[in-house]
Amino acid sequence: MPSEAEIRLRERLSKLGGMKLLRGTKLSGEVERLQDQLARLREEPSAEEIWRSVELARHQDRPYTLDYVSRVLDDFFELHGDRGRADDPALVTGLGLLAGRTVVLVGHQKGRDLKERTKRNFGMAYPEGYRKAMRAMALADRHGFPLVTMVDTPGAYPGVAAEQHGQGGAIARSQAAMARLSVPTVACVIGEGGSGGAVAIAVADRVLMQENAIYSVISPEGCAAILWRDAGEARKAAAAFKPDAAHCLELGVIDAVVAEPEGGAHADPDEAARLLKEAIVAALEQVEVLDPAKRRAQRRAKYRLMGTLASA
Amino acid sequence: MSSGQGRVDVEIENKRPDEAPSGKGHPNTCPGCGSHYREDELTTSLRVCPQCGHHFPVRARERIEQLADAGSFAEEDADLRSADPLGFFDLRPYTERLAEAEMATGLGDAIVCGQAAIDGEACRLAVMDFAFMGGSMGSVVGEKFSRACESASAAGVPLVSVTASGGARMQEGILALMQLPKTICAIEELHEGGGALISVLTHPTTGGVLASYASLGDVVLAEPGALMSFAGPRVVAQTTREKLPDDFGLAESNYRFGHLDAIVQRGELRATLSRLLRLFRKAP
Repeated sequence: MPSEAEIRLRERLSKLGGMKLLRGTKLSGEVERLQDQLARLREEPSAEEIWRSVELARHQDRPYTLDYVSRVLDDFFELHGDRGRADDPALVTGLGLLAGRTVVLVGHQKGRDLKERTKRNFGMAYPEGYRKAMRAMALADRHGFPLVTMVDTPGAYPGVAAEQHGQGGAIARSQAAMARLSVPTVACVIGEGGSGGAVAIAVADRVLMQENAIYSVISPEGCAAILWRDAGEARKAAAAFKPDAAHCLELGVIDAVVAEPEGGAHADPDEAARLLKEAIVAALEQVEVLDPAKRRAQRRAKYRLMGTLASA
Repeated sequence: MSSGQGRVDVEIENKRPDEAPSGKGHPNTCPGCGSHYREDELTTSLRVCPQCGHHFPVRARERIEQLADAGSFAEEDADLRSADPLGFFDLRPYTERLAEAEMATGLGDAIVCGQAAIDGEACRLAVMDFAFMGGSMGSVVGEKFSRACESASAAGVPLVSVTASGGARMQEGILALMQLPKTICAIEELHEGGGALISVLTHPTTGGVLASYASLGDVVLAEPGALMSFAGPRVVAQTTREKLPDDFGLAESNYRFGHLDAIVQRGELRATLSRLLRLFRKAP
């Protein structure tokens, strides 16, 4: 019996075959990629496999945004500060060259050792971080540079000062800014895609997700604490809300899964970066050819359709 | 057992479990001053305590009655229901929780939308109901709000949103999170078509709803004492071990920090909205 995921992916494949939009050289690549994904999806991930993704996504040696930046971009120049209050080290922004073109990069940044982890606040941004991101997005739009984002956060920081500085509004406005951009946008979930803090920088023309990354509405522990009344039931919660890449693709939340080296991205960061770069460039090339107004309309239409409905 | 005097009816009463454990009183007892009201008294006072001004929660249909001109409300998209995209099962299946919520509230999901007039000014209303699964936003809330934006845009009238929500609905997983960008994209389209959004935050408006459409009104209002925080006080206290200020996340604190245009007493809400609708009325 084909799984529901397989059926949906087959549908997408056949639609893609008939799509005039992607006619030409890039189409075959896209079809191949979807076929690869189909092969991987033959079996729906089990609860154990989902939990393995959770562990790999949070692995202490997993490459973070700046590890990819140094491998994927040439000549990266970091931009600091939100021009209002502060520079949030949990979220980095900058200009760089990606396969010959200038792009603006926005990404969450976790720390590697204890000192850096504290400085980066474990990748949990304050509103100042999202305001810095919006400043970088505006810059991209002003100069016609594509925007590439890298998502890797347990969530936006839940603190008193963060609330006082307007965390909810900043996350909402950052998404609105991405919905308004005229330039091509590609988002990659490279580790933990934790809730509002993640989607704040992930409203894009193409959303990619690494094979072992997770993307979810709440952390497994948070969900378990609320619905099971026991944070220790995180495995059960993860199995229930399915934050893995295969399920996100099945649900139409992401556009493609990016393969990782055997054993996970941390096993071979150079190869992981090569695969990621290839996927980002391919995704950019798909959307760069579109008329800006049409591209933006398609981006909004994509999100407008997300969700599943029944009727009474 | 109570004292040995033992009036039978008292003993029977004492054997019943508390109606609402853990410090929460009867729904018609004011948590502010302890006054107790009959249901009709609260309805007449717009569910505001006449003694101390505490704002009790208001269900969606009652809110619409409070705000809209009599007979002006025409509901839209009432037939939409949640699907169960993940086959979600925690201690109970999601489908069972949905059915129970519908039975308990008489609503199809946590939002009621439709055409209305407020003091003669035509608008669209999108009103959330906290009683339906904590006002959580899943696919149906996202869809109905987005359709309300489109309906307002097509009719050339402003959209008035009244929120009360604990955040995204966990049982719909990542698709619940996607309702944030979905509703935001709908607001972008509304704004580009010249439409206006007036957002009224009521207690509580937290998590994913605050981090999406509730924060994006052209004008953002809140009721007194409404909690409006991205992370709830308990999560903040547990995660950070910070001492929370007494007014943490409340409308009053948000107003002070510049996240709100005004705090409006419930008794003034209808008049305030009608003023704003008039100000947003575009010259023909």
